[in-house]
Amino acid sequence: MRDLPILTLVTFLPLVGVAFILSVRGDPLMVARNARNVALLASVTTFLVSLGLWFGFDPAGADFQFVEKAAWMPALGLSYHMGVDGISVLFVLLSTVLIPVCILASWESITVRVKEYMIAFLVMETMLVGTFCALDLFLFYVFFEGVLIPMFLIIGVWGGPRRVYSAFKFFLFTLAGSVLMLLALLMMYLEAGTADIPTLMTHDFRPELQIWLWLALFAAFAVKLPMWPVHTWLPDAHVEAPTAGSVILAGVLLKYGGYGFLRFSLPMLPDASVMFTPLVYSMSVIAVIYTSLVALAQDDMKKLIAYSSVAHMAYVTVGAFSMNVHGIEGSLLQMLSHGIVSAALFLIVGVVYDRIHSRDIATYGGLVHRMPLYAAVFMLFMLASVGLPGTSGFIGEFLVLVGAFQANSWVALLTAIGMILGAAYMLYLYRRVIFGMLTKDALKKITDLTPREIAVFAPLVVLVVWMGVYPDSFLSIMHASVEQLVDRLATAQADVAAFPLALR
Amino acid sequence: MADVNLPDLTPAMPEILLAVAAMGLLMLGAFTRDGGEAAALRVSRQVAMLGLVALGVTLAAVLMVATPSAAVTFEGMFILDDFAIFMKLFVLVGAALSLFMAQSYLELHRIARFEFTVLLLLATLGMLLMVSANDFLGLYLGLEMQSLALYVIAAFHRDDVRSNEAGLKYFVLGALASGLLLYGTSLIYGYTGTTSFAAIADTLHGDGALPPAGVIVGLVFVMAGLAFKISAVPFHMWTPDVYEGAPTPVTAFFSVTPKLAAIGLLLRVMLEPFGSLFGQWQQIVIFISVASMVLGAFAAISQTNIKRLMAYSSIGHVGYALIGLAVGTREGVTAVLIYMVIYIVMNLGAFACILCMRRRGQMLVNISDLAGLSKTSPAIALGLAIFMFSMVGIPPLAGFFGKLYIFLAAIKGGLFTLAIIGVLSSVVAAYYYLRIVKVMYFDEAAEPIDRDAGREAKWVILGTALLVLIFFLIPGPLVSSASTAAAALFGS
Repeated sequence: MRDLPILTLVTFLPLVGVAFILSVRGDPLMVARNARNVALLASVTTFLVSLGLWFGFDPAGADFQFVEKAAWMPALGLSYHMGVDGISVLFVLLSTVLIPVCILASWESITVRVKEYMIAFLVMETMLVGTFCALDLFLFYVFFEGVLIPMFLIIGVWGGPRRVYSAFKFFLFTLAGSVLMLLALLMMYLEAGTADIPTLMTHDFRPELQIWLWLALFAAFAVKLPMWPVHTWLPDAHVEAPTAGSVILAGVLLKYGGYGFLRFSLPMLPDASVMFTPLVYSMSVIAVIYTSLVALAQDDMKKLIAYSSVAHMAYVTVGAFSMNVHGIEGSLLQMLSHGIVSAALFLIVGVVYDRIHSRDIATYGGLVHRMPLYAAVFMLFMLASVGLPGTSGFIGEFLVLVGAFQANSWVALLTAIGMILGAAYMLYLYRRVIFGMLTKDALKKITDLTPREIAVFAPLVVLVVWMGVYPDSFLSIMHASVEQLVDRLATAQADVAAFPLALR
Repeated sequence: MADVNLPDLTPAMPEILLAVAAMGLLMLGAFTRDGGEAAALRVSRQVAMLGLVALGVTLAAVLMVATPSAAVTFEGMFILDDFAIFMKLFVLVGAALSLFMAQSYLELHRIARFEFTVLLLLATLGMLLMVSANDFLGLYLGLEMQSLALYVIAAFHRDDVRSNEAGLKYFVLGALASGLLLYGTSLIYGYTGTTSFAAIADTLHGDGALPPAGVIVGLVFVMAGLAFKISAVPFHMWTPDVYEGAPTPVTAFFSVTPKLAAIGLLLRVMLEPFGSLFGQWQQIVIFISVASMVLGAFAAISQTNIKRLMAYSSIGHVGYALIGLAVGTREGVTAVLIYMVIYIVMNLGAFACILCMRRRGQMLVNISDLAGLSKTSPAIALGLAIFMFSMVGIPPLAGFFGKLYIFLAAIKGGLFTLAIIGVLSSVVAAYYYLRIVKVMYFDEAAEPIDRDAGREAKWVILGTALLVLIFFLIPGPLVSSASTAAAALFGS
């Protein structure tokens, strides 16, 4: 079992599905049906293979596991180096869980160019998994950036009325951030003489160089996460993307930013990270409060959830930069929880959108009378988003706040205000959509969840409750790696405290 | 007499073969041409076929005469080193693919004449001489041989005003550039007393003192002339008009091989005779690099004609390639070579797609004509999308690796500002490349394009798209051969 190149399998299995879909020819309807079946089969198989990671992962080890290494560009010393540790393994699983869910969710709502759609999703899965597994700077960059192509096409081809604007905005914003990161990666590679991520994580860069590198990386991760004030691409992209596109965008793509901070900025550039912590805190606090208020004023359901994503992702940065075990574990758990909860919320919007073709909150009201099951599922995820104890959202936000309180009580206080605002806009949304009298004619014939939709939501419901009730199965996996990271950061904190950076 | 001093012809064998072939085909065409339109068409096909064979034979000859050490002949005017061999191989491949794609276009426009092939072969011959030049005289001979042939094929569509304008414009401005180059050469000759690259290098290397001002002025003139040939800003004005006016296969040819040869020439001139003046010319190269990248990115945004857009795109790409020269190290030159090779592959592919854009027998040149191409011709649309994403520099496509090597060299050389301007202008450039993808994939379908358009071009699309896609799997051969080629310029 150990000898099986499981990460390579998980990464490239979806491409096998792509090859099958490409070879399908004939009657358009048949092609569409086959494409759906093959895509589902490929992604479910990938998920099953990725379960090997869950069962085979040794939580006691802080080092990278399932490591594979082969020469890629020997002239530059670059290698095909894959591996996962406690920080990345759960993101791999998050990706492999969400892709089958997306494909199932698009079963009926996507009717044009089904073949290309499925290909785009499978290619995207390869890129997503590859990003979290890559242990070589440039291999990472290839996957990190490669995801732009399928996502651009998904928004642009299958999106809403303003899809072109949104697709361009998404692409250009993220490209601008990541090209600066590319320069930083090149500088790190030249400075340290290696592109090997585990080696770089223990390399000490010169403090004055760290500042520049940190800022360049920050440009990429802050756009991806997204942090205020570079978050403006997100509401546009979410509103216009097809449901499954929003799910992947919110579920996994936003995690690139948080993962980037935890994999690159913090361990490789600890001194600069300590120095820039106030900046990150301020941006996060502004994001939590400002975007929550903006969310409160939205009329469009997807836009509301998009703004809530920005607020929730700000918890991730607060947790990560609190630089203690609670904060970092909280930020990881918050990312996983948000990955599932926001994905589910977009799917929930998708359910009614498929029926009524409107995302306007005012179109709805009183849905509980015709769709009780839907109302129940919606309530669960709405409360998880608010952070109700017993759901995954609570654990993430609670740990982040505990971590933040140890680091800076003001930040913790201001961030906690975001929780209150979060409850306000989510409950307000729920009241307007679900409760009240069912007076609108268009809604009189609306039907409840179909078995396919139940199948879509079932795994997400299980995960949210599991994470909320027994988070230890997840925390124990990340614990060893997080401890190692915190140790490294503690040294840097001491250094920076002893010598202000400017004097060195 | 036994002591007639015949130069060693072996290193120049490929050029001699190609020259003989070009002249032979000229004879063949001239003497079998009677019997009206049909016969002319038949002859043009035969000559094109034979021209491809000639290029293939020349390619084989280049591989055969390749020796591990550099060979110099014709009194030091001609050099055959790893660098020249590398350039020649890709020049020949680019020329052959352009010729391969051209015939059906020419036939469609009733301009299929055998002279096209002959001129293309002569231009290629000029480029082979350019990359082997080891003396300003050799350089000028090669350059003019190439340019004169190019002026004529730019205007090959005789009955078309645009094409004539393109040819004329190219000629007038090209002649001006050649004049500048010659003037610069004469200044350099006047102050150093020689035209040989090696001798100039020795003279300038002498004592480490600042060289005579005349040499520097001459150098600037030479650079201006060469910058014209690679269409770098501020000597780029001819490019969009010529690209737009010239027949499309000619534009495809223009955008790859002459550019490659001229970059090769520029690298050799800057690094061999003037290598010791690096500090003097580096700032000029940095300026034209920045100007080309920025202008290429911004000016292309408002273009509606795809050939003009490709012209600005090529200006931008030259800017990126020049970053490698501005670094002035072996890594830098390696990066330039890798970048240019990847660029010609992408560009040939993109032009092959443009050659397929034909509706009811009419060529389409507007970007809006591509609307919905992904529905009507998915294969061509996919190909063009791959080339566009690759030109943006999105991994894992080949274009990304070209940029990676360039920026790696720039960072290593400490040119941070240049690198930052470079990546940021690539974001701007991404906009117009994506616009093509947008038109093809997001817009409603227009009428389908002709199914039978560009039979040969489709093969080129397939081949180049595969190369662009799988380059990341096997980057080794190109990288190592480019590195060997670059080493030749640094005497190691």
